[in-house]
Amino acid sequence: MSTAELLGKREYKYGFVTDIESDVIPRGLTEDTIRLIAAKKNEPEWMLEFRLKAYRHWLTMTEPKHWPNISYPEIDYQDIIYYSAPKQKPTKASLDEVDPELLRTFEKLGIPLQEQKQLAGVAVDAVFDSVSVATTYKEKLKKHGVIFCSFTEAIREYPDLVKKYLGSVVPTNDNFFAALNSAVFSDGSFVFIPKGVRCPMELSTYFRINNADSGQFERTLIVAEEASHVSYLEGCTAPKFDRNQLHAAVVELVALDDAQIKYSTVQNWYAGDEEGRGGIYNFVTKRGKCQGRNSKISWTQVETGSAITWKYPSCILAGDNSIGEFYSVALTNHAQQADTGTKMIHLGKNTRSTIISKGIAAGNSNNSYRGLVKVMPKAENARNYTQCDSMLIGSHCGANTFPYIEVMNNSSSVEHEASTSKISEEQLFYLQQRGISQEDAVSLIINGFCKDVFLQLPMEFAVEATRLLGLKLEGSVG
Amino acid sequence: MLEIRNLHAAIDGNEILKGINLTVRKGEVHAIMGPNGSGKSTLAKVLAGHPQYEVTAGEVIYEGKNLLEMPPDQRAREGVFMAFQYPIEVPGVSNAQFLRLAYNEKRKHHGEEELDPLEFKDLLKERAKVVEMDASFMSRSVNEGFSGGEKKRNEILQMAVLEPKLAVLDETDSGLDIDALRVVAGGVNQLLTPDNAIIVVTHYQRLLNYIVPHYVHVLAGGRIAREGGKELALELEERGYDWITSVDTSKTGAGAPAI
Repeated sequence: MSTAELLGKREYKYGFVTDIESDVIPRGLTEDTIRLIAAKKNEPEWMLEFRLKAYRHWLTMTEPKHWPNISYPEIDYQDIIYYSAPKQKPTKASLDEVDPELLRTFEKLGIPLQEQKQLAGVAVDAVFDSVSVATTYKEKLKKHGVIFCSFTEAIREYPDLVKKYLGSVVPTNDNFFAALNSAVFSDGSFVFIPKGVRCPMELSTYFRINNADSGQFERTLIVAEEASHVSYLEGCTAPKFDRNQLHAAVVELVALDDAQIKYSTVQNWYAGDEEGRGGIYNFVTKRGKCQGRNSKISWTQVETGSAITWKYPSCILAGDNSIGEFYSVALTNHAQQADTGTKMIHLGKNTRSTIISKGIAAGNSNNSYRGLVKVMPKAENARNYTQCDSMLIGSHCGANTFPYIEVMNNSSSVEHEASTSKISEEQLFYLQQRGISQEDAVSLIINGFCKDVFLQLPMEFAVEATRLLGLKLEGSVG
Repeated sequence: MLEIRNLHAAIDGNEILKGINLTVRKGEVHAIMGPNGSGKSTLAKVLAGHPQYEVTAGEVIYEGKNLLEMPPDQRAREGVFMAFQYPIEVPGVSNAQFLRLAYNEKRKHHGEEELDPLEFKDLLKERAKVVEMDASFMSRSVNEGFSGGEKKRNEILQMAVLEPKLAVLDETDSGLDIDALRVVAGGVNQLLTPDNAIIVVTHYQRLLNYIVPHYVHVLAGGRIAREGGKELALELEERGYDWITSVDTSKTGAGAPAI
């Protein structure tokens, strides 16, 4: 069988649509749309002001179409629905009040929301289109002082914390998509870990886009106070549609003195079909601020979905001795395009950063790493190590590396290593000669290639990621 | 066990094997010798099912089945093993992980239960003695950073784990110093039983001092130009290949490409 015939044999198993009655606002974006969203969510005046400020700024900005190594047709921002929520009671005292259809949807996605059915040790916030439908283990976490809730609830219940940190890492005018998100974001997750607390379980948010014409604009804010620890996981899927949906999220992390935040993503949005029809446009701004001394923020991402991925989870290393890490596997197949990487901004003394990026391109896809390492004058003795490896499968795909390095003092050191490899026929033959099927051989080689990143993932996620790469690549070598 | 009849094979349209006939029975060791470009390695790769080689005529019957119809992984699970001249590196995949996967694929194929990592570890420890390999090799990536001798020992370790019925050793002696050669050959000898067979492909007679063949076949120009017992190898060592190849005037000198 040729590569083309083998490709795409595997169905995207999360491509179903949930038939549920939704509260949908008209298409388009004006100040009135924003007022309507704020009103639907009963938001206080300061929140509306935040949104309007962002919106007015957004109007003056242009989409970053030129520098990323991606191409796509014009997005009509007036043709998007900015709020779509399943109809249900606005506040849910317990899971019993959540529409059973929604519970079934998440169960089908492998994310049962009933606590007794869950993986022990993982608390979940489930976001469906524009709203959070349920958050589990809230009570148990509260006993430890940990706040884990939907963003809507956080604005209502913890306004001072939200006011203090919202926009403190990604300002409303940061970039085109972040400004858009700041104007229209509808929900997301809020996490607060108080001083000295080691969060007793993994926290996770599962994002699901269901409506064909709605975008998803969620917001995540994680604050880790002094000497606290948290590990957070994020997963996402969407139904198969012929048209593209826009996903423009903002994630902000704040780590105070001696705090550690580990943020892991397995991104499996619908990627479009073999010809590149449909799929999610994923324009996401993720940034963490190591505000305190000795703090640490670690990003691990496994990006396998989306028609377009535009995403640079970054660290601002402000506190002395703080540490930033970025571990990434980005896999593209068919007509997918990914322009992803990180920014490590060294401000404090003795700050350290590590970047390990593994890009795998198959089919006709295009996979770029773009990374900035910036060492400011006062960041004495800063260290960075960057390793970017690309692997090509077949001869119609592309891989690129765009490193940007700016060092403004002479006590710091920056190392950059890059490699490009291909799965060779000889490698496959060798494994097959030992009785391993071609598909298993490809998975084995890819998993070996990604090992340094998978080692960083929490256990369950590592298994999921290994399986996912196997599925995505099944039959992509002819 | 193995019956090769009038086997012709080509790479990129160049015919390299031009009618090989060979019969291998259980318990036998056959040596395939010949000058560079005679088709020795091609024969090994065609038996293992290398995708670059096209069989243009002839047949290969293995244990009563048409070997040429099977994909390479199936041939392996049916008990055909090739020790590579240039073993391939697989970064990030540990030797133990790779060997367990291969071993379990074979077990599944034969309807046997798979071994879990702990059970397999015991088995691996036992088999590693055959080639005097210590445990540190098992956690290292497959062949990555191995010396030439370590790679060849690793090939024989794989053979020891997979227990093939038919093992084809492709220039296993190349690049080995005398100590490594002794270890590798000693390993192979331990693995020879009355129920399996070994084909040793080699340029030099040296290896055959350690792995003593029942039959020696000399390839020239893609055909078997001469056959005999182990004494033929000694004669070649003394007289070189010229006296054989000069008899065969039809050779094209098509070289087996290096991998």
